[in-house]
Amino acid sequence: MTSLLTRPAAPSAGPPSLNRPAGRRPLPQGLTAAIWATSGLALATGFLTDLGGARGFGLAWLIAMLVPLASLVFEGRRKATDRFVTVLVVTAFMIAVIPLVSILSTVIAKGAPVLSAEFFTTSMRNVVGEGGGIQHAMLGTLIITGFATLISVPIGLFAAIYLIEYSDGGPTARGLRFLTDVMTGIPSIVAGLFAYALFVLIFGEGIRMGLGGAVALSVLMIPVVIRSSEEMLKLVPNELREASWALGVSRWRTIVKVVLPTALAGIVTGVTLAIARVIGETAPLLIIAGMTDSVNTNPLDGRMATLPVFAYSALMNPGVPPQPSIDRAWGAALTLLIIVMLLNLVARGISYLFSPAQRR
Amino acid sequence: MSKTIQRPGDTIFRGLAQSAAFVILVTLAAVALFLTAKGIPGITADADQVKHGTTFATFVIPLVFGTLWAALLALVFATPIAIGVALFISHYAPRRLSGPIGYVIDLLAAVPSVVFGAWGMMTLAPAMQGPYAWLEENLGFIPLFAGPASSTGRTMLTAALVLAIMILPIMTALCREIFLQTPRLNEEAALALGATRWEMVRMSVFPHAKSGIISAAMLSLGRALGETMAVAMVLSASGIITFNVISSTNPSTIAANIALSFNEASGLTVNALIATGLVLFVITFAVNFAARLLIGSPKRAKGAKK
Repeated sequence: MTSLLTRPAAPSAGPPSLNRPAGRRPLPQGLTAAIWATSGLALATGFLTDLGGARGFGLAWLIAMLVPLASLVFEGRRKATDRFVTVLVVTAFMIAVIPLVSILSTVIAKGAPVLSAEFFTTSMRNVVGEGGGIQHAMLGTLIITGFATLISVPIGLFAAIYLIEYSDGGPTARGLRFLTDVMTGIPSIVAGLFAYALFVLIFGEGIRMGLGGAVALSVLMIPVVIRSSEEMLKLVPNELREASWALGVSRWRTIVKVVLPTALAGIVTGVTLAIARVIGETAPLLIIAGMTDSVNTNPLDGRMATLPVFAYSALMNPGVPPQPSIDRAWGAALTLLIIVMLLNLVARGISYLFSPAQRR
Repeated sequence: MSKTIQRPGDTIFRGLAQSAAFVILVTLAAVALFLTAKGIPGITADADQVKHGTTFATFVIPLVFGTLWAALLALVFATPIAIGVALFISHYAPRRLSGPIGYVIDLLAAVPSVVFGAWGMMTLAPAMQGPYAWLEENLGFIPLFAGPASSTGRTMLTAALVLAIMILPIMTALCREIFLQTPRLNEEAALALGATRWEMVRMSVFPHAKSGIISAAMLSLGRALGETMAVAMVLSASGIITFNVISSTNPSTIAANIALSFNEASGLTVNALIATGLVLFVITFAVNFAARLLIGSPKRAKGAKK
């Protein structure tokens, strides 16, 4: 694309080019490179020395602004504007990366010292001050997310099968797709309130229950599973279905034996990403699953701790002395982050290993 | 059409698929229905029956204001950055780099909200104390920065910044998709006429992407409206209405207020909180509905052209 922008060099002895007024010379290549390098150096200095990241960033930005300035002198207004926007676009990206780096480094720096075998194998039962761990919260997260997956995957997958394999793309299907999209936008806390309102009808006021958390998470997870499975089923070539029908195979066996196996890797990827999305949900679980210090493995029996809610309450109500609780919160946050990142990696790994299009 | 054989397996399987699709409808209806059923006693409750001690309208209006205000601020911060990053990925970065850069931004989307909250509360808020004091001193004549500057940094501006970071990935992803859909010929025509890259973007990419950017912004607004933990953990709230973004008295948001007071609530207070949840549901539903309608229209136009 850049090559289109470069004007052919005018012969030195020839008449002045029409579209390059006198005094407009191309920007020396070395100059731009030198300015970018200095800018990068300033940024690195900011992060590595006492100068501080913010000051280093500001300095790097000011130096980078020399590029459009030099361009204004050498090349004229239009190219200077173009270079100015380039600097802005790169700046936007840098600004977006700063919080990511800051979050990851904060969580790792504060969470890593806390992680130990004891941290993962003890609960908070009868723990005051130091010690204790997140065993109860990890088990709770595992159970609640597991049940949410058990509820969401069949519903989501069958709904996707209906949309792709059975519906004729008429108003019903379009309406359902639209509702799925709208359902994706339900705030997580509203899903929690819905689960609470539902379970209050069955079990009475003040109910807290792990299964309720699973229902709340399912409300958030089902639309994600539908959308991703739908995309994957769409990718299955129609020739495969037609070949199967031509052999006299019934419609449902075609779906089970031909369509689903073909789309399996993609569906598993989608489900893994959906799990990664809901496993970090805090608000609905705070409402309906509550918080407890002991191990509770029965989703039908009272409060159940989860990693995000544990991290939240350990930070917000640290007790006295506060520091051990805050440390545990960072440990739980790091554990959660590691689980989410692993799920994302697994999802990408599956789609990479099993998709023939990507291997090519 | 020849006679088709009806197999029982087919009927059952079709029924299963159909009822699963029906579940979506039922769930949405149930969410609205249950929240209304549980919320109405909270709306009609007298002031002395609930913990907050006011009628529902006086209780919910500052919360609605806080919710809209925080989400709007977040949108103002996130939109230019998201457009810039999306442009960087779609038109500026070397093609080989644009994939990995997209992954880096997607990583932000994978961070759980409670981690954002913890980071905002323990890292960002303390770091913002200095800037807030500076803002009060030098720009205090603007009502937004009237102060007194918060000594903890846990202000509306901090909460909005965290919200902006949280909606950035989704907005970037949506804008990137829209920018990549620009007809290649339009771009090349602009370049062939001697346009610089920026002029090409301004003249061929942006006009094409305008409605898409608006709906991406609205979808992100929907996210920001319903985001709970970041606001609950970062903001020190006191239930007033103010546009001042750097003081320590801030309006809370609906979602954060529910998260903070639900576990201590009992009786009709619970119903009132559920009613505020219903209000939030209606607001986000309306925003998402409008955004989806906007997204739907360019597709129809494209189909008509064919």
